[in-house]
Amino acid sequence: MIELDYDTIVIGAGPAGLASAIKAKELGLKTVLVENKDILGGIPLQCIHPGFGLQYFKEDLTGTEFIYRLFDKMEKIGVEYLLKAHVYSVELVAHNEKVVNVITPKGIMRLRSKTIVYTVGAREKSIFEINIIGDRPGAGIYTAGEAQTLMDLYGILPGKEIVIVGSGDVGLIMARRFALEGAKVKSVIELMPYPGGTMRNIVQCLQDYSIPLYLSHKAIRIIGNERVEKVVVAKVDENLKPIEKCKFEIPCDTVILAAGLVPNVSILEKIGMIMDPCTGGPMVNEFLETNVPGIFVAGNALVVNDLVDYVVEQGEQAAEGAFYFVQNNGLPTINWKRVVRGRNIRLIVPHYISGERDIILYARVQKPEKNVLVTIPEIAWKMKLSNVRPAEMIRAKLSKTTLESARFEDKVTVEVNTQ
Amino acid sequence: MKMKVVIVGAGVVGSSIARVLSMYDNFDIILVEKEPDVGWGASKANTSIIHPGHEEEPNIHPHRAKLCKEGNRLWRQWARELDIPVKWPGELMIFYNSEEEKIARKYIELAKSNNIPGVRIFYQEELRKMEPSINPNAIGAVYAPTAGIISPFEAVIAIVENAVDNGVRLLTETKVEGIKIAEGRVRGVMTNMGFIEADIVINAAGIYSDEISSMAGVDSGFTVRPRRGEYLLFDEDIRIKPERILHTIPTPISKGVYAITTIHGNLMIGPTAEDLSVEAKEDTSTSEIGLEYLWNEAGKLLREPPSRTKVIRTFAGLRPEPPDGHWLIEAYTEPFGFINVAGIRSPGFTSSPALAHHVVNLIKAKYDINLVMKRKWNPYRSDIAKVGHMSLREADKLISENPDYGEIVCYCKTVSKAEILEAIKRMKKIGLKTVTLDGIKFRTGAGLGTCQGSFCRCRIALLISKYMDMPLHKVVVKKKPYGIGEVKELLKTERSE
Amino acid sequence: MNEQEFICIICPSSCTLKAYTKSDGTIKVDGALCPRGIEYAKQEITDPRRIVISVVKVKNGNLPTVSIKTSKPVPKKCITAIMKATASIELEAPVEIGQVIIKDICGSDIVATRRIKKFVNKSI
Repeated sequence: MIELDYDTIVIGAGPAGLASAIKAKELGLKTVLVENKDILGGIPLQCIHPGFGLQYFKEDLTGTEFIYRLFDKMEKIGVEYLLKAHVYSVELVAHNEKVVNVITPKGIMRLRSKTIVYTVGAREKSIFEINIIGDRPGAGIYTAGEAQTLMDLYGILPGKEIVIVGSGDVGLIMARRFALEGAKVKSVIELMPYPGGTMRNIVQCLQDYSIPLYLSHKAIRIIGNERVEKVVVAKVDENLKPIEKCKFEIPCDTVILAAGLVPNVSILEKIGMIMDPCTGGPMVNEFLETNVPGIFVAGNALVVNDLVDYVVEQGEQAAEGAFYFVQNNGLPTINWKRVVRGRNIRLIVPHYISGERDIILYARVQKPEKNVLVTIPEIAWKMKLSNVRPAEMIRAKLSKTTLESARFEDKVTVEVNTQ
Repeated sequence: MKMKVVIVGAGVVGSSIARVLSMYDNFDIILVEKEPDVGWGASKANTSIIHPGHEEEPNIHPHRAKLCKEGNRLWRQWARELDIPVKWPGELMIFYNSEEEKIARKYIELAKSNNIPGVRIFYQEELRKMEPSINPNAIGAVYAPTAGIISPFEAVIAIVENAVDNGVRLLTETKVEGIKIAEGRVRGVMTNMGFIEADIVINAAGIYSDEISSMAGVDSGFTVRPRRGEYLLFDEDIRIKPERILHTIPTPISKGVYAITTIHGNLMIGPTAEDLSVEAKEDTSTSEIGLEYLWNEAGKLLREPPSRTKVIRTFAGLRPEPPDGHWLIEAYTEPFGFINVAGIRSPGFTSSPALAHHVVNLIKAKYDINLVMKRKWNPYRSDIAKVGHMSLREADKLISENPDYGEIVCYCKTVSKAEILEAIKRMKKIGLKTVTLDGIKFRTGAGLGTCQGSFCRCRIALLISKYMDMPLHKVVVKKKPYGIGEVKELLKTERSE
Repeated sequence: MNEQEFICIICPSSCTLKAYTKSDGTIKVDGALCPRGIEYAKQEITDPRRIVISVVKVKNGNLPTVSIKTSKPVPKKCITAIMKATASIELEAPVEIGQVIIKDICGSDIVATRRIKKFVNKSI
């Protein structure tokens, strides 16, 4: 077995991990980036649509172009990385010592490190998790990410008569991909009374191709012997329960599941990390450090993001946190203030702030509203927004000065109210 | 001159018979299966239990009682010989009130009649100590220590690999459509792949065993009805998982609802028991009512029911129900050479090893054959080495011998490239015509985890595509391909119009 | 006068815009919070344009496809023609980001957006 020592191990080489490893190296940390596939880049490698890097590079790049910019940056700085390296387990030795057990074709590697940055991303919900019952034909059912991998990396067409479950951006993007390649997208089914994705995508992915969007509808059951043949769909009531009389069948040969992402954190749960049930990811402080000292999380493993720019920003923040940790043999003792979810806030990270530094808050609302004020009652801070939607993450930068007035508070509440 | 034997159906019953028959020099055995792989009927969609045998009435179902007990004993040897994952935690039949307790006591008496060892009742405090996960409303349970949990699909695969190693020929995607009988003797079977000569035809076709039986023109009243059982399967990472097998009191049509921790570490709740029409033999769909019922039962059995967000799979299987639950086991002289091993419902899986020996004895007696044991018969078969099940040190050594063991393809279950390639090799070795993604799943565990294949299915398909030298979109999932063509397929077709 | 309704996609405000084409050909836009919205509505009426994205086949590369996009937004009605053009392309690896795959189609180029390295198919 190979044993190596590092200041920081970054697990997962998607945009969060790449940005984190680059920043860690820039800051002078002895870093290694561990990736279990045979290629770096993560999900953006298969995202051939634009919308990436508007803030980070000030350009509208495709996911592919964006990730290559990060590769170029990485090559220039010379970040050490491992491919085909699967993290099997993490052992906690001391607050400043962890061992990451990695399975590689060269054998088992035990990587000892002061800090870990965990950036493995999220996974897609399966058909069973969203309670679709019926037949299990095997052929014709794909998650949106899987369909995207098949079409846009490996050049395979999954099917030709498509029903998409879920109107988040991933589902909408795939609707357009199928339509462009000549498939018939029968409909997009959305459980909520409002779409899950951005308006830009509703217009450019659905309206442009006359793809019907069924709001307040649920996909209930699959019918199909050897391949998908039909989906049974029903309108739902205010409690999101299917209405018997409003059931109908849509003949199709393919069902694409775009029903949401879940942070991939099972390996962290095993070492006693505390998760936030709202985000599905770990509870973190403003350094993005979890309750396990020295383990930082960023990107979709922390909270499901919509913009890669935020993912990269979180990755860099985590590296800065790791740097601070390594320099001071641990983050300092701080009277952490709890960040509390107020009215119409469904989730918010970080969960703890010090009030002694500039911070960035990332939040999502529970339900859409127009003309709102996002406020923190404990301090004199507010942000005006004309439109808030669950699908569009709110990012708020708060300076140390602004947070000054919360000096004697033990919590800060973030809430959304109509103006 | 060897006797040609055709066994119809490569489920647990058919493959067990093949294995035992292969011990003898007398037979040339062909195992015929209509699906692309073995064990795809009831054998892969059941509760995974090896029953003790105290739930069988020896006066009403003498076969079931005798062979269940013997099968329970034999599985210990078979699991060792064939390297099948199995554990023996024992079971608790739980009762919640005094009426149910009265029924439960019946099973103590049955245990005595059947000579099943160690069956006894535990109450309250002792019961909680035996099994902390039990619901506090349970007042007691009948404990049977000889119950086991096996991996049913891996078991059938292991039996078939061993049978083929010992000379059995497997023909998949081969459906029996008729039986040729001339001069009162079996001559062979007609299939979609042509005629196969046979002196003996053994019907182990499970849910279709009534159709095969009627092709031989015997026992005209015999029908098999599908009795559907639905299941909930949960993520490994849930807090309350039973150590022992838990189940409710049996009903006239089922053994009760079970809560078990499978050999792979997942909580599983089920089955329901619902009689479907005779035409519904392919209906393995799940239903809202069935699954809702199971959620209820989960709450009844366990101290804390699992969260709805932790379901990773729901599925259903069809039990082959014969009239009155009577197994039809008979070696006929008219036509000579036709043997029914039909309608083998619960405790079919448990009984299979014993049932196989019973059938061989039936052949010997009824057809007056002098059985000669092979001098060289290999009882052993080892499973694919699995890097995810080893210590780090063992894994390191294995990887140094074969670096493909260090390339992990399925992250949820830590399945390596070497295991996938080995599974492909073994599928080809037993003679499967099509390497399917499901076949890989059952042999390696890849795709059985939390993500249910959303990350790894594509990677596994790429490996199949490369090593079977076929286009990626043509890789078969279960019965139909992964994709319908190259991504420009439809645009190209439009162009030519 | 004919009225068309749009949801503006320029910024998250997603203003509902009502655009009227007057008899003299000019366009009046109501409901926009900023001039970009007015521009968007006018463009959508007179000459709606989109960036088209897809993949094309690559031979002997480390991946069998390269992702492509139109370098500029093209008229919406050209999307079908562009997609058909992608159907018959077979590039040879390597491919560089920004490499022009088809020059001058509907007023734009089709360029590669992913780097594909040459891959020599080793034996199994």
